[in-house]
Amino acid sequence: MASRKTSHQKRDNGDKYSVLLPTYNERENLPLIVWLLVKYFGESGYNYEIIVIDDGSPDGTLEVGEQLQKIYGEDKILLRPRAKKLGLGTAYIHGMKHATGNYIFIMDADLSHHTIFLFVRKQKEGNYDLVSGTRYQGNGGVYGWDLRRKLISRGANFLTQVLLRPGASDLTGSFRLYKKKVLESLIERCVSKGYVFQMEMIVRARQLNYTIGEVPISFVDRVYGESKLGGNEIVSFVKGLLTLFATT
Amino acid sequence: MTKLLEWLFGGSVVAAVWALVTFDLLDLSLPQTYREVAWPMPLYLLVSFGCYSLATVGYRVATFNDCDEAAKELQEQIKEAKEDLRKKGLKM
Repeated sequence: MASRKTSHQKRDNGDKYSVLLPTYNERENLPLIVWLLVKYFGESGYNYEIIVIDDGSPDGTLEVGEQLQKIYGEDKILLRPRAKKLGLGTAYIHGMKHATGNYIFIMDADLSHHTIFLFVRKQKEGNYDLVSGTRYQGNGGVYGWDLRRKLISRGANFLTQVLLRPGASDLTGSFRLYKKKVLESLIERCVSKGYVFQMEMIVRARQLNYTIGEVPISFVDRVYGESKLGGNEIVSFVKGLLTLFATT
Repeated sequence: MTKLLEWLFGGSVVAAVWALVTFDLLDLSLPQTYREVAWPMPLYLLVSFGCYSLATVGYRVATFNDCDEAAKELQEQIKEAKEDLRKKGLKM
């Protein structure tokens, strides 16, 4: 089922999609994410590769990656580890150096059915420079959030929309498809860390007049298990928001 | 122009117009009613914006989708994945 050979319709139009997966202590989750990717990419028939950028996880994530490479092939799973934890932005830069696709997927949430297809179709529809997943529109949404979490999320999003007018409805949800060149030019301009990084990417994209398409996604964060939204996260979010407000 | 500058610019334009009308700075001898309407206008705007914000956020929280279907589907996929990976010889 997960074999890439079973794709019923091979869409060989020269496009290739590279998925960047930065990992740190993800030995449990990496196989599941890779399995889902292989399954859905296999079904869609698109040409793809998965690039795992492991930042020297002590739990042996890399070793699991090697096993996956044996199972799915070295052309599909590429391991590009780094010696230690160096941050998300540089992980993407590092991964991109080894990417052979002309499109790049970035994700830190679970994949749900049809997601890949929807992103690719949306991108083709308007030849968008980037397609961003949104939890806030259409049939997009979240799973397992209580009222407080929803309120913070919506409130923060409203504030961001008012202050930055970013031209995209979801700035922190990070399931995105970029043209490789676009991602390259964006990433070298982005200075934020962590949570704010994804937000800055979209804001810079607007600044550089890149076109942005949106696809509703259901955000089920079982695999990556987003950390609890505490006081620290809120403070760093507000700091990041104000920085972007003053500098972009 | 940064967003901050845009806001400052927009804010000063509104403040200038408001001051012109309220204090009749240009001696246009505007009717008294104009001044009476303009005087509390900033407060009205602020309150309306506050109400709009609360209503919008409230509505969006209430209509935030719960993706129970997607979560259920994912759980099944994960079960399938674990089985399949074990068969393929992955040692977790």
